[in-house]
Amino acid sequence: MKRREFLTAGVAATATWAAGCGRLPAMEGTLVRPGMEAGHRLRDGAKASVDRYEAVDAIIVGGGIAGLAAARALMRRPGRKVVLIELCDEVGGNSAWGGSGATSCPWGAHYVPIPGRDAGEVNELFEALGIIEGRDAQGVPRYREDYLCHDPEERLFLHGRWQDGLIPHLGLSAAERDEIGVFLARMEQLRHQRGADGRAVFAIPVDASSTDATWRRLDSMTFAQWLDGEGFRGAPLRWYLDYACRDDFGLPASRVSAWAGIHYFASRAGVASNAPAQAVVTWPEGNGWLARRLLEPVAPVVRRHVAAMSVQDEGDGVRVDAWDMAAGRAVGWIAKQAVLAVPQFVCARLLGAAGQGRGTGAVYAPWLVANLTITREPSGRGAPLSWDNVILAGKGLGYVSASHQRLGMTVGERVLTYYLPLDHRDVAEARREAAGWEWAEIRDRVLEDLSRAHPDLATMTRRLDARVWGHGMIAPVPGYLWGGERERWGRATGRIRFAHTDLSGISIFEEAYTRGVRAGKAAGEAFES
Amino acid sequence: MSDRTTRLLLLASVFVIATCGLIYELIAGTLASYLLGDSVTQFSTVIGVYLFAMGVGSWVSGFVSRGEARLFVQVQLLIGLVGGGSAALLFVLFTQVDAFRPALYGMILLVGTLVGLEIPLLLRILKDRLEFKDLVARVFTFDYIGALLASLLFPLVLVPQLGLMRSSFLFGMLNVVVGLVSARVLGLGGGWGRATFFIGAMILGGLGSGFVLSDRLMSWTETHSYPDPVIHAVSSSYQRIVLTRGPGDIRLYLNGNLQFSSRDEYRYHEALVHPGLSRVPSVRRVLVLGGGDGFAVREVLRHAEVESVTLVDLDPAMTRMFREQPLLTGLNGEALKSGKVTVVNADAFAWLADNRDRYDFVIVDFPDPSNFSLGKLYTTAFYRRLEGALNPGGAVVIQCTSPLIARRAFWCVDETLRAVGFGTQPYHVYVPSFGEWGFILASKAGLGAPRPLPAGLRFLNADTDRSLFGFPPDMTRVEVEVNRLNNQALVRYFEEDWAKVTPH
Repeated sequence: MKRREFLTAGVAATATWAAGCGRLPAMEGTLVRPGMEAGHRLRDGAKASVDRYEAVDAIIVGGGIAGLAAARALMRRPGRKVVLIELCDEVGGNSAWGGSGATSCPWGAHYVPIPGRDAGEVNELFEALGIIEGRDAQGVPRYREDYLCHDPEERLFLHGRWQDGLIPHLGLSAAERDEIGVFLARMEQLRHQRGADGRAVFAIPVDASSTDATWRRLDSMTFAQWLDGEGFRGAPLRWYLDYACRDDFGLPASRVSAWAGIHYFASRAGVASNAPAQAVVTWPEGNGWLARRLLEPVAPVVRRHVAAMSVQDEGDGVRVDAWDMAAGRAVGWIAKQAVLAVPQFVCARLLGAAGQGRGTGAVYAPWLVANLTITREPSGRGAPLSWDNVILAGKGLGYVSASHQRLGMTVGERVLTYYLPLDHRDVAEARREAAGWEWAEIRDRVLEDLSRAHPDLATMTRRLDARVWGHGMIAPVPGYLWGGERERWGRATGRIRFAHTDLSGISIFEEAYTRGVRAGKAAGEAFES
Repeated sequence: MSDRTTRLLLLASVFVIATCGLIYELIAGTLASYLLGDSVTQFSTVIGVYLFAMGVGSWVSGFVSRGEARLFVQVQLLIGLVGGGSAALLFVLFTQVDAFRPALYGMILLVGTLVGLEIPLLLRILKDRLEFKDLVARVFTFDYIGALLASLLFPLVLVPQLGLMRSSFLFGMLNVVVGLVSARVLGLGGGWGRATFFIGAMILGGLGSGFVLSDRLMSWTETHSYPDPVIHAVSSSYQRIVLTRGPGDIRLYLNGNLQFSSRDEYRYHEALVHPGLSRVPSVRRVLVLGGGDGFAVREVLRHAEVESVTLVDLDPAMTRMFREQPLLTGLNGEALKSGKVTVVNADAFAWLADNRDRYDFVIVDFPDPSNFSLGKLYTTAFYRRLEGALNPGGAVVIQCTSPLIARRAFWCVDETLRAVGFGTQPYHVYVPSFGEWGFILASKAGLGAPRPLPAGLRFLNADTDRSLFGFPPDMTRVEVEVNRLNNQALVRYFEEDWAKVTPH
């Protein structure tokens, strides 16, 4: 017995010692659920009476890209009194950003494909911000090289190593490769496809697309059904397409409309003299860079921590009741024009009776985004660290290296931004489930998912900051895009205009910005008349 | 346990320890030839010293009068610890201490002596269990078979599959296991047995961790890539800086890549600086990007009309070494101590973005574009910023790898400069330690005829200067892409071209 006791003690001592050596460095971090608490308080019927209404020319509710764009368009006309109210303590919406310098990182959307000629507003903005530096004699834009995504752009982890590019090719059979080739050729053909009315079938903005019913019918089935019908069944291709749908819409191919799925591949018609058509522009803080540039000229009129409670068009003006969370009191405005740059389920509450039915059937995908501050460059066999780093068949979408776009050499700490669409179950259930997650649980989920490619990630992660976006992005479920409702909600009612990506059905910068600018311009023109 | 089983187990341990013993010898020999070169000498002296040490061990065994079994177990544990850790320790010592040879041979003597003790002790342990003729026959049979196995395993399996460090840890663990099993077989229990077991378990744990962490250990000890003894090695935040001294020269390596040999660096640096500098009509302000060794600055300072030189190098460890260490300041003529020179430690890309000063001549002496971080320093985006730092009539010279080996990479830099609107004058020079090396002189306004070269040059004169600009057919221009941040064409050309000459 003594011997056994000793043996046990020895093993225990060794194990403790080994565990001591392998102990993880203390990891710290935060967990934020932007807007959830304030949003739920409003949903549950917080009401307060306003003592004094301030008269303004225009009010914008919501400080995401659409709201900022509307403010920017309105403020082009000097002398107008404009106010923008935002629920959260920061603006940018899905283009939120964090950190500064070496730790700059996105909290949401992180790139914009270079726009095609249809996207007039985005082209104008890119020129104004110096993203487009100039144009050649044919009008083809030249992009500022620093902002184009630097090479190496993407890599994929499979069979224990990293390959170049996201489309799987390592270890595929000839048939599987051929199938991917056929699919991509098909998409390339659809990129040039025009409907009976002569318009591009898959355009950005979405509403510039052809009205041809032959093509719009694709909205009534899921992308997975369409792929099955077309005979695209190979596992590598289907993984890639699922990845693409989850990346852009937050749901897999089996839950989004076929029209939207094809749109992802067939809508990019970028033109540039110094970059290919599929090129993207990006920054260390992702689309936060764009949000910051949009904010600069309008910052003085932005009121943060102010939650709209009700918006009523009363004939001679729009009355907005709101709750100033910092001051702890109700505030109000009477505006000649209003732009509601918030999702339709929020509009429905703000408008009361006038907003009945608004947002019914709209599905918003919940997301988890985590920024990992790591102490050294992650190692791995094969292709080097790239901008977008994806793990085949991972739970999440992999991670983006936030320091990728920095020009100097990156040494020491850097930030990886991890994205996980919560599509493992019905969105409402997933949202409820994620609302209950503690930080430690999120940390374990993130590290476990990434550990397949980086087994030592836990030892090099100093901070892990996470955000759960309950209503992350509008998801183009079948019937949503061309069912008619979406387009109806987008129309102005009296003095109130609407600008949000859920009116497009696709949550991308171009839609938000274009809708915001158009709403802002229309509101501005309404003053003149 | 039956006597027969005991005998068999003990004979099996002869086999194992014989294998281990030879493995340590082979590891020491291989390491010595890796690190010190001249494999005939190294192997010959290592084997000689090792065999001698074994003799010492056998002789020492004669002084042991009792407790052979315990001593045998202790020796096993000790061999496991010292022999198992030997490769790792030698690799680490190599970059840490100057007196590597004494350490190496000290280690060989120690391991050899311990191994020499093993067989005599075992013979004495077994002497009462076997007849003398059988004992000698069996023990030596197993001993020699073990040696054969080791000599085959080592080159065919261990070195290619596990590497030296892992093999050494693995066989160390085998020694410890033999020690622990023998303790059991020989009935060594009690307090002594438990203590031994615990110590053995600790050593096993240590060796096991070493085995698992070998890759990380190895990354500290990149020594085998240097042909000459290392005289100085430091890791800065940015790179590994290693100086070696061979029979005729001092060499500097950054991350394992040769930066200069003191024997022929004058060819490189005279060719880098003077052709361009002497073609700019009036040079008062010079900017050097990279080149923290101060050699380019030394050449610039030969031109008396130069009033100021700004050196921008990322790594303070580099510029400090080359400003302060007498051996190195002797090589660069104390260039970095000159009152005309300002040293800035900054990332060149970031520094250029903020810079508002203009210079008459800019020397770009970055490492080759061997990765995507370095590749950014050769893009149109970088050269546009460089243009902003240039006075009208000024010029830039850029080191551009070998136009013979990396022909596409060389012309890719040229194409990139021209895409930004520079006129270029490519040239090349032969530097024995590098091979055929290329530079590109670029200017907006075009350059005139060269002014007279400064006195004291060893390589350049008016004739050699002229001859640099001719390209033989195997190095002439090829069609290549422009290098941009969003395609990094240069890094791909560079990797592909160099991969053809340096097998991986």
